Amino acid sequence: MSGMQPGGPRTAAAWLLGLILLLMPAFAGDFVLFQIFGWAFILGMIALSLMFLAGYGGMVSLVQMSVAGCAAYMVAIFGDSAITQISLGWPWWITVPLAIAIATLFGTLAGALAVRTQGIYTIMITLAIASAFFYFTRQNYVVFNGFSGFNGVLPPPLFGVDWRQPVPFYYLALFFAALAYFLVLYVSRAPFGLALQGIRDNPRRMEALGFNVVMHRIAAYAFASAIAAVAGVLLVWLNAQVSPGTAGIGPVIDILIIAVVGGLGRPIGPFIGAIIYVLLRTFALDFLVSLGLSGERFQLLIGAGFLVIVFWSPDGVLGLWDRTRERIASRDRQRSPLYRAIRGQTGGPA
Amino acid sequence: MREAIAQRLSATGNASALELRGVSRYFGALSAIEDVTLTVGAGERRAVLGSNGAGKTTLFNCITGDHPPTSGTIRLFGEDITDFPPHERIRRGLRRTYQISLLFGGLAVIDNIYLACRGVARARYSMVRPRRDDAVMQAAFDLAHAVHLDDVEQTPVSELSHGQQRQLEIALALAGAPRLILFDEPAAGLSPTERRDLITILRTLPDHIGYIVIEHDMDVALQVSDQVTLMHNGRIFREGSPDEIESDPMVQEIYLGTGPDHG
Repeated sequence: MSGMQPGGPRTAAAWLLGLILLLMPAFAGDFVLFQIFGWAFILGMIALSLMFLAGYGGMVSLVQMSVAGCAAYMVAIFGDSAITQISLGWPWWITVPLAIAIATLFGTLAGALAVRTQGIYTIMITLAIASAFFYFTRQNYVVFNGFSGFNGVLPPPLFGVDWRQPVPFYYLALFFAALAYFLVLYVSRAPFGLALQGIRDNPRRMEALGFNVVMHRIAAYAFASAIAAVAGVLLVWLNAQVSPGTAGIGPVIDILIIAVVGGLGRPIGPFIGAIIYVLLRTFALDFLVSLGLSGERFQLLIGAGFLVIVFWSPDGVLGLWDRTRERIASRDRQRSPLYRAIRGQTGGPA
Repeated sequence: MREAIAQRLSATGNASALELRGVSRYFGALSAIEDVTLTVGAGERRAVLGSNGAGKTTLFNCITGDHPPTSGTIRLFGEDITDFPPHERIRRGLRRTYQISLLFGGLAVIDNIYLACRGVARARYSMVRPRRDDAVMQAAFDLAHAVHLDDVEQTPVSELSHGQQRQLEIALALAGAPRLILFDEPAAGLSPTERRDLITILRTLPDHIGYIVIEHDMDVALQVSDQVTLMHNGRIFREGSPDEIESDPMVQEIYLGTGPDHG
């Protein structure tokens, strides 16, 4: 467990990062706030829900994007959209909690099916559920409006603020992303999270200590799905629309890529992965065109980046960062005792 | 010694802690244990002896539910637990240790013990971090002290010595309020000093805690048990007091190997 030591350089860096994120609207343009960071926070939350299941629980779930998509659809169906013949137009304070509850239930049921399997079979079952969700929304016109989905889904003008303006939306997404991040960090050391890590390491022993392993895993799916559901609500407000493609096979796989590229070891990993993904997604096209290549090959660049990360650092960017620090630390240790005294380091493992 | 045993057994009443009736376990066509009938009184301490493949660990797996029996019934303190999942049996006061330590390598020693204490308490799904003065956390620290692991409380389990890991293995089985503990070769790989510590730990357990111990080391086994069960080829071969088993000529010939070629 790598907790942050109070007063260490790590804490200072965390405060600095927090400050930069809070003051971002002062120096960043609307496009960066809305399209880059707004989107990255949302994708980061969905990938965080996968990180919680995979990193702490050892369960690779491909259903998290579908859970977010489900919440997005529910907001459109129960609330307002341009498709007035389907949307019920209920007020946001019913719609949003209901959407989160239904999506969480969906994720929990998917988990209940998946938890009795291990490894590749968990991936296959959750992928099957994700595919089923995609095809169902595309073919069902009565409730999900088929291929075109819903457009004109806007956040409620709460407190007289238009939450879809770049600066308000930036803070809205930042608030929930930070909330989800600290919640996962906190729960990882609470009995629920600790037991989940125990189950990851050794399910048989956890049974022999009195834990109901199956129920605990399902509860983990419920917890992770609630985070993904909140992200799904933000996602439908960001795009103002939801369609089958929102939770298509491509986005489902992208969440896995984001989580793995960022690193599954700690909750910050998914957000690092998300910002890398969004930057690539946004600028790869221009970059390729400037090289005289065809712009639609941007997926190739993302795929190549994924390959490089998985090949050289299976624990993602986080792992790369940890090893670099380790190397610097061990180089320091080899220096003279005087040097260490000046640097104030003990030289032993922290 | 005898009086102490009699006292302990009468203090805990007559209800038997564990009752196995005709328990068999097959792996495919292969029988690991066959028609085992065994009664262990409350607070009784029993050693199970037998050569490799005699079915000792399978017997434990049947009792804890890791591998439920193919046929037969198991009663724990009078309750039929044959079809219970392992965690339900544990919550009723059953505990076990494993022959090869099954610990949480990535977690610190105290986290391992805390999980064991939490598993048999309530609030297993609590999302609130325990404070240092939390009752269950306190129980974990006490337990770490009891098995002499307080110096390494915060050390990741993967960095412990073999002996320390075996001690932790025992600590996990002592969490909560155990009534019957199954020790699977607790002395395996321990140094002579560590063995003495182990014997002390076992002999100073509170009287109401009974246990069954699988042990290859006869010295250890006979010192820590009131009753001895000898298994052979998946069946119970002999039962008796340590003295009776030690002096039984059949046992000596087959298991203890006191023949001329055994030195």
